[in-house]
Amino acid sequence: MVDPWTIFWVVLTFGLYIGIAIWAKAGSTEDFYVAGHDIHPTVNGMATAADWMSAASFISMAGLIAFLGYGGSVYLMGWTGGYVLLALLLAPFLREFGKFTVPDFVGDRYYSKMARIIAVVCALFVSFTYIAGQMKGVGVAFSGFLGVSYNVGITVGMLIVFFYAVMGGMKGVTYTQVAQYVVLIFAYTVPAIFISLTITGNPIPQLGFVGNVAGSDIGMLDRLNTVVTDLGFTEYTSTTKSKLDVFCITAALMFGTAGLPHVIIRFFTVGSARAARKSAGWALLFIALLYTVAPAVGSFARYNFIDTVNEATYIADGADYAAEAAAITAAGGKPVPEWYKGWEKTDLLQFEDKNGDGIMQYRGPNAPDGIENEVVPNRDIFVLANPQIANLPAWVVGLVIAGGLAAALSTAAGLLMVISSAVSHDLMRRTFKPEMTDKEELVWARIAASGAVLAAAILGIVGKDSGYVAEVVAFAFGLAAASLFPVIFLGIFWKRMNREGAIAAMLVGLVTTLSYIYYFKFINDDPSAWWFGVSPEGIGFVFMWLSTAVGVVTAFVTKAPPQEIQDLVQDIRIPGTRRLHGAAEGGMAPMPATEGGTTPTQ
Amino acid sequence: MSEPSIENQKAYWRSTVRLTIGLLFVWFLVSYGAGILFREALDAFTIGKAPLGFWFAQNGSIYVFLLLIIVYCIQMTKLEKKYGIKG
Repeated sequence: MVDPWTIFWVVLTFGLYIGIAIWAKAGSTEDFYVAGHDIHPTVNGMATAADWMSAASFISMAGLIAFLGYGGSVYLMGWTGGYVLLALLLAPFLREFGKFTVPDFVGDRYYSKMARIIAVVCALFVSFTYIAGQMKGVGVAFSGFLGVSYNVGITVGMLIVFFYAVMGGMKGVTYTQVAQYVVLIFAYTVPAIFISLTITGNPIPQLGFVGNVAGSDIGMLDRLNTVVTDLGFTEYTSTTKSKLDVFCITAALMFGTAGLPHVIIRFFTVGSARAARKSAGWALLFIALLYTVAPAVGSFARYNFIDTVNEATYIADGADYAAEAAAITAAGGKPVPEWYKGWEKTDLLQFEDKNGDGIMQYRGPNAPDGIENEVVPNRDIFVLANPQIANLPAWVVGLVIAGGLAAALSTAAGLLMVISSAVSHDLMRRTFKPEMTDKEELVWARIAASGAVLAAAILGIVGKDSGYVAEVVAFAFGLAAASLFPVIFLGIFWKRMNREGAIAAMLVGLVTTLSYIYYFKFINDDPSAWWFGVSPEGIGFVFMWLSTAVGVVTAFVTKAPPQEIQDLVQDIRIPGTRRLHGAAEGGMAPMPATEGGTTPTQ
Repeated sequence: MSEPSIENQKAYWRSTVRLTIGLLFVWFLVSYGAGILFREALDAFTIGKAPLGFWFAQNGSIYVFLLLIIVYCIQMTKLEKKYGIKG
């Protein structure tokens, strides 16, 4: 049965997104690719936050942290620290460069169609692997909570994205992302506040996280450590992962974040280099609102789950829950919580009474009392069931579903923009048909966006039953870190970097990272064979250095880039001095900087 | 607005690089340093009731990241004013 509040929120928010799409129709290629490059830094920051925070951040991350404890820190640091790299090393300079896409920069800076095409391949690969995960999130949300099939869910989600991405381009995407941010942050923090209040007595989750268990002077985390170790789990504030692996995964996620094309292109939409810097700060602020709450949610969820489920007396399906629960309580026992019975139907929770005592024993791998674990929770349950665990009203439950959909759709739309612009702009306009007019390119952009929506939907449907989708996300970050980040960074900070070096670096990064991840994810999944104990998730960081080294050495042994390219690099380093350089820019001038993100100065 | 002189451009870029290196040093220190490499040592201390190294890895580093970008924005605006760069 479908909760009416869920339908209410989903219909309301989807209607809002469509309304925005109609209002923000794109009239030119500048509108379509970069939203006319006059988005206010704060607005862009909010859109970037929604663009960035995907179904994984919203639904899975807190649950992952709940299970991994300290080990979950790699996601928290990795997915926020990348913004420091973006703000300091890439965003303002790429904005000053003033074109539309990441391959645009690579192609112009390295004066090479070949480099441009390789960058297109990297961007497409990264974006498609990433979008597959979003599609799966949309399908799961629809099929689990709205009572429609997985495939219908993906189709509905994609029709909505089609509407605002194909019509409005980056402009439509930007304003819907702002709306989606508001929906998702509200849906995330409201339950968190109530749960923090219940467990720690402090309404601010970040403070409750470091505070005491309500009504005692025992620290919440100390208590949690005791509880989990008593059940045979690893202490919450430690990890079993090696230090080197934690280091490498964090770094691969950070450099990967900075190299992700759908994040970078958001900084092309603001008015100037200064606005790009500010915008990165706003983006991180909006992201931090969720990311500093997530570890609190994770620890509360772990605590709550053990507290309410472990040693509870199970009540069978079909039994009269209220009567049985009252009887168990009267006999001095603890009945299985009502929310558990509700969520059991979704297969996110499994209970198998191995010792036949009718009581649910939740245990870790090294349980001191030797009892076998009987309860298997899916990590996604922690965010999804939070409102019920905290006894929040039904309207909040529906809101969480709408928030999860907002997170998935906003990220999917940002990725679609990368895919469509890589095809229509970098392949069609800049490589094969340079004589194309602006109008023709806009038609191509819409065709490419439509094709990308279709491809994403098919990916989501095909990837439905395999764990494949979740596995390949490691590719996206590793590839972005090893193939795109080094050439963009060196392109700005080292004038001597040339075409040959860039091509070599991208190819090395692409091939090594792809092979390593493919080998250890699909051929040999034995962790003891990992090089230096570095997991496929972290290997992008290692190969990033290899790719950089190969690029630098190749650049030294080949010819220096032409003077006009070195002048171009000089110009993008100094805001406000950007001029046209070389023949390539004759027909495709960069966008001028605008004051305070309003009207162009020329 | 006229172009800034070549000397000013050079000085501006030098200062930018210096500022960037300084901020990235802090960036490294709070995340990889406090959150990973020296976590056990820092866990001997607490902030509230949380072990300090653990807290840096899960919350503290994020606050510092945000602060770093804010400092960068302010300092860069100052540099741009000082060297007559448009920004």
